Formats: sequence, C-alpha cells, structure tokens
Amino acid sequence: MTTYDVQQSPRPAGPPPRSGRWESTALVAETSEGPQEMAERLRTRAEELHRQEGAVLRLPEGVAIDPSDIDVEVSEDETMIINMGPQHPSTHGVLRVMMELDGETVLRTKPVVGYLHTGMEKTGEELTYVQGATNVTRMDYLSPLHNELVFSLATEALLGVEIPPRATWIRMLMCELNRLSSHLMWMATNGMDLGATSMMIYGFREREVVLSFFEKVTGLRMNHNYIRPGGVAADLPDGWEDDVSAICEMIPPRLHEYDELFTGQPIFRERTEGVGQMSQETAIALSATGPILRASGVPWDLRRTMPYLYYDQVAFDVVVGTYGDTFDRYAVRLNEMRESVKIIRQILDRMPTGDYRVQDKKVTPPPRGRIDQSMEALIHHFKIFTEGFRVPEGEVYVAVESPRGELGCYLVSDGSPKPYRLHIRGPSFVNLQSLPVMLKGGLVADAVAVISSVDPVMGEVDR
Amino acid sequence: MLIGSEGTGEKRRREGDGAALPGAGEVRRAPDGRLTGPPSYGLPTSHPRGELVLHPPRELYRDLMSTMLRDGFEMVSDLCGVDYLAHPTRALPEGVRPERFEVVLSVVSLRHRRRVRVRVQVPDHDPTLPTLFDLYPGTDAMERETYDMFGIRFEGHPDLTRILMPEDWEGFPLRKDYSVGRVPVQFKEAPGPR
Repeated sequence: MTTYDVQQSPRPAGPPPRSGRWESTALVAETSEGPQEMAERLRTRAEELHRQEGAVLRLPEGVAIDPSDIDVEVSEDETMIINMGPQHPSTHGVLRVMMELDGETVLRTKPVVGYLHTGMEKTGEELTYVQGATNVTRMDYLSPLHNELVFSLATEALLGVEIPPRATWIRMLMCELNRLSSHLMWMATNGMDLGATSMMIYGFREREVVLSFFEKVTGLRMNHNYIRPGGVAADLPDGWEDDVSAICEMIPPRLHEYDELFTGQPIFRERTEGVGQMSQETAIALSATGPILRASGVPWDLRRTMPYLYYDQVAFDVVVGTYGDTFDRYAVRLNEMRESVKIIRQILDRMPTGDYRVQDKKVTPPPRGRIDQSMEALIHHFKIFTEGFRVPEGEVYVAVESPRGELGCYLVSDGSPKPYRLHIRGPSFVNLQSLPVMLKGGLVADAVAVISSVDPVMGEVDR
Repeated sequence: MLIGSEGTGEKRRREGDGAALPGAGEVRRAPDGRLTGPPSYGLPTSHPRGELVLHPPRELYRDLMSTMLRDGFEMVSDLCGVDYLAHPTRALPEGVRPERFEVVLSVVSLRHRRRVRVRVQVPDHDPTLPTLFDLYPGTDAMERETYDMFGIRFEGHPDLTRILMPEDWEGFPLRKDYSVGRVPVQFKEAPGPR
C-alpha cells in the first residue's frame, strides 16, 4: 500500500468549534468535497462520530446521544487521518475511503463516493423506455443483465403485459450466468487484493468463457441491452445448449480448484477469518443486502423470499454464513456459484419453445422480414424506435437479487413514452455504509480485504 | 418529534407518539404465520398492482416509521425523492394533498416477507422531513442522496452533505426545473458550440 497521502492535522488552537461544519486545513483545501470528507475528531458531531466509528444508532425512543460523549481517550496527537483512493488498485474503481488510524488500528472510517457520478437517473428521464435499457445496463457494469432485468420488469409492470414463458426462462438463464461471471470477477479481484495473483488469472479465464457465450447471444460482452421491455432482444442462437452445458461442466471442477486454493489455505484463512465482522442486527439495520447480509446469517435472498421470474419453480439453496466475517462472505459467494450452476442445469432441462418477446404490437417492433413488404410495418417500426411506446400513468417499485444484493427500480410514469422518474436502488451504494462497522478496530492492512469483500461496483454506487 | 408543522397550511392531525396511531400493532396473520394485510395505521392507502402504499402526512411520518419498526419492519431498503413539478395531476388517494416533492420509501419486513411503500408529500416552500437515521441507520446514504439531488433537508441527520455531486455544486440536479445540458447538433459548416 503505497499511494496514500498522509494528512496529519494540526491541533487547533483555542477551544474547538463544535458546529459540525468542516473547516479547511491546508492539505485538503483544494478539493471540492470539503464537508463530505472525514474531519478531525473535535470538529465532528457526536452522531456523525459514532457513525464513523461503526456504531449503529438505533436508540430507544427518548434517548439521545450525549454531545459531550466524545471519546477523549483517543488523543488527537496520536491519530492520523489517511486517505485511500480514489485512485487505488484495491478500491475497485474510484472509491475513496478515509480512515483515522491509531498506529495500525482503524478507529473510524468514512467512504467518500461520487467520483463516477454521471447523472444516469437524469439521463433516464430523457430517454424513451425503448432506449432506457441501454442506459441502465451501464450502471452495474459487472452484472448488466440484472440492471436490464429490473428496468424491464418495472416497465412491464406499468404496462401490464404478460411475458411469454420462453422469454422469462431465457432471462433467468442469462441472469444466472451473469451471477456466475460477476462472482468469478469478484473471486479474481479478491484474490488479487489478498496477494493471490494466480486467482486473478483463473477468475478472468473462467469469466471469459461466460462472456463469450454472452457475446454469442447478445452481440456484446458487456452492456448487452439484451433484456428489454417486452422480452429479450433475440432468441438464443442454435447450439446454445451445448455452450451452456460446457459452462456447467467446466465451472464446478474449477470451483473445486478455488476451494483448494483458498479454503484450506492457512494464509488466506488468517487474513479473512474474524476480519470485518458484522452481526445480523447490524446488517439489517444498515439495510445491507445480498451476500453481506447472508454471510451474517440472515437467509434473505429475493429469489427465494420474494420470487420473481420463475425462481419459485427451480430448486436451489440459499447460502448463509455464520460469523459475518470476510471469510463467510467469500464462502457465501463461492457456494452461490454452485447454486447458480444448479439453477442453470434446471433451466437447460426446462427451456420451453415459443416466443422470445411479447406479441403485443404496442411494445414489440414488427419482425425484420415484414418491414420490406409492408409500409405499415415500416411506419410501426419507425414509430417505436423514434417516439417509443406510451406507458400508463403510475408508479412501481421492483426489486431483484443482483450478485450484490437487492437491485431495485422505482419507476414513475406520467403517461408519456419517457419515464417521469427513474430511480435505481444500487446494492453497492447501500452496502458501502457497512464499511465503518466492518473496519472498526481492525488493522489497516485488513482494510483491503474488507473493502474487497463488500464487492462495490462504483458504476452503480455513483450512477 | 413533529417537524415542519408550522406554516405548512396543513392542520396537524394527531399528536403524540406512534402508539396513538390507530391500528398500531394490528398485525393480522394467516394460518401459516405470514402477515396477511399489514395495518394501514388508519392512513390513506393506495394499492397499485397489489402493492400496499401508505400516504402519511408529514407530521406523522416519523411516528409511522417508529411504529413500523416496532411492528417488525426492520429495514428501509430504499428511499428516494420525486419532483412532481411537471406532473401535478398524479393519482393520490382521498385526503392527501399533492405537493411538489415526494419522498418514497420501500420498507421491508424480513420476518413477514412483506414490502410496503411509504410516500410522503413534501411542500416546495419548506422541503424538510425528519430524518430516520436513528431508527433506520441504513437510510444515511439514501437521505444524503435525496438531499443532494432534490434539496430536501432531513432534519436531525448527522452529516447532511452532498454525496454524489461536488460540495460546491449549485442547484439540485434531479429537480424538474434543473435543465439538462445540451451540445448543439453539429451540421456541416454550422458554428461550433463555442
């Protein structure tokens, strides 16, 4: 860890201001994040300080935090605030984490985000529902199909259209493959963060096989725009069963290899066991979802607890951890891949024939062949892609289980062809709030392992 | 804690803590132990596509949330704002006066496997709401995001700063009167953008 700029704050002269407002010190005065950064202990309000120290503030009614209850044991002289990122190989993008250290022990933490903010929710209000999937797919770039899925499900709920069974099964197949590729990517980067560079290569190798299948089906390796309101963009290509079977054959033995590489390995266990622990109650209070919540022992998987698509028709287990530490989060993800393979095998057996998109002419453009023969079909095609289709007035919240947790879409329609409001609940954005709890009291060297175990994708955090 | 009841022009309906709300604790269960219909707490409700949406007045928002927490809704999974400036004619149940802003929450009960949506009206002239930070600490980042994007202040939030935009940014980007930047379409020999 070499790229931190160390920032040692001078002790303020005179009585410290308790306003809670950040006051600039020389080294950080040029940044535009000022008050978003972590301030000195004496300049931080009690609630905020507790939050940064990893306390979960669920006080009984009538009880307030005593503003004078700042830990005076810690002397300002002995601590320093260091800054990790936003440009750091182990922060998985442009995440910036500010930590106050006493020696090597982390006292408090504050994630600073927003460096990748591109206003995609605002952009979504300017694009039609047809174009919308192209926009949302870029948010969580490691599981683009889930983004498209949640947007399409929300749009379809407002439209009130029934999706043909084959389209739904194709969506499930693609989403489970995407869960595989996303978790493989996580295994790779997590290995890299912990010094297991071979895992980086293995993870990318396996992910590439899945991505080549995606390329064959959707034409692109990422940002597919494959799942669209009304179904999917194209039917599965000939011979897809062979490709998927090959993936199902290839992955389990490789997972066994990772198991051998990591699970029994003393260095890995030393670095992950008991590191970054979080209890069930804390995880729930912090709205954490996905593998983080499950690693803490809460059997909450939207595929099982609030089923969407046909997840109530396939058999799979919800993987749950016990201790809620970094190792459990690793184990949950590893075993979730096995469950995904199990689901994919069942989808292979049960894939029905039929339409791959809804035959509702309001939503679905006419087939290519008809455009050459019929003027009306040409006009119809043109209208759908220029003007879009109108969606009835209303509002809906749809949530799916993405590899990172609950991916939600709140969609408001005013009856026009564009969403009035498109809000994406990014699981990484919410899960990052758990960092102060996980890092509290740990060593700064473990921070890398813990940040990696949260699996943040900054494209989704900042949107 | 009742905030923002002065000057809103709305009559404060009820005072006191959440226990005074009608229907509090009336959790009905099916024989299999699942929650059948979560209580509406005597508030106006709507039921789009089978979902349950509660529309509490702003004065009862915090009371409602602390009651819901006690009734087993452990998690606020989502909190976001909506600016209805350009769409004031939206459908709302009787008894709810439309305001410019709305804050929408998705509240989840893990043990009952229920999801309830809460929509609170927030007026333009006083865009404030009490924070849920001490009840649901997970709303920390979401309230900051809503403040950042809509300028809705959450009273009592310990660190209400911008989260996605730079701190010195002017305006609130997701408001409907905040225009989208445009680059003029370039035709041949047309003057460039600058």
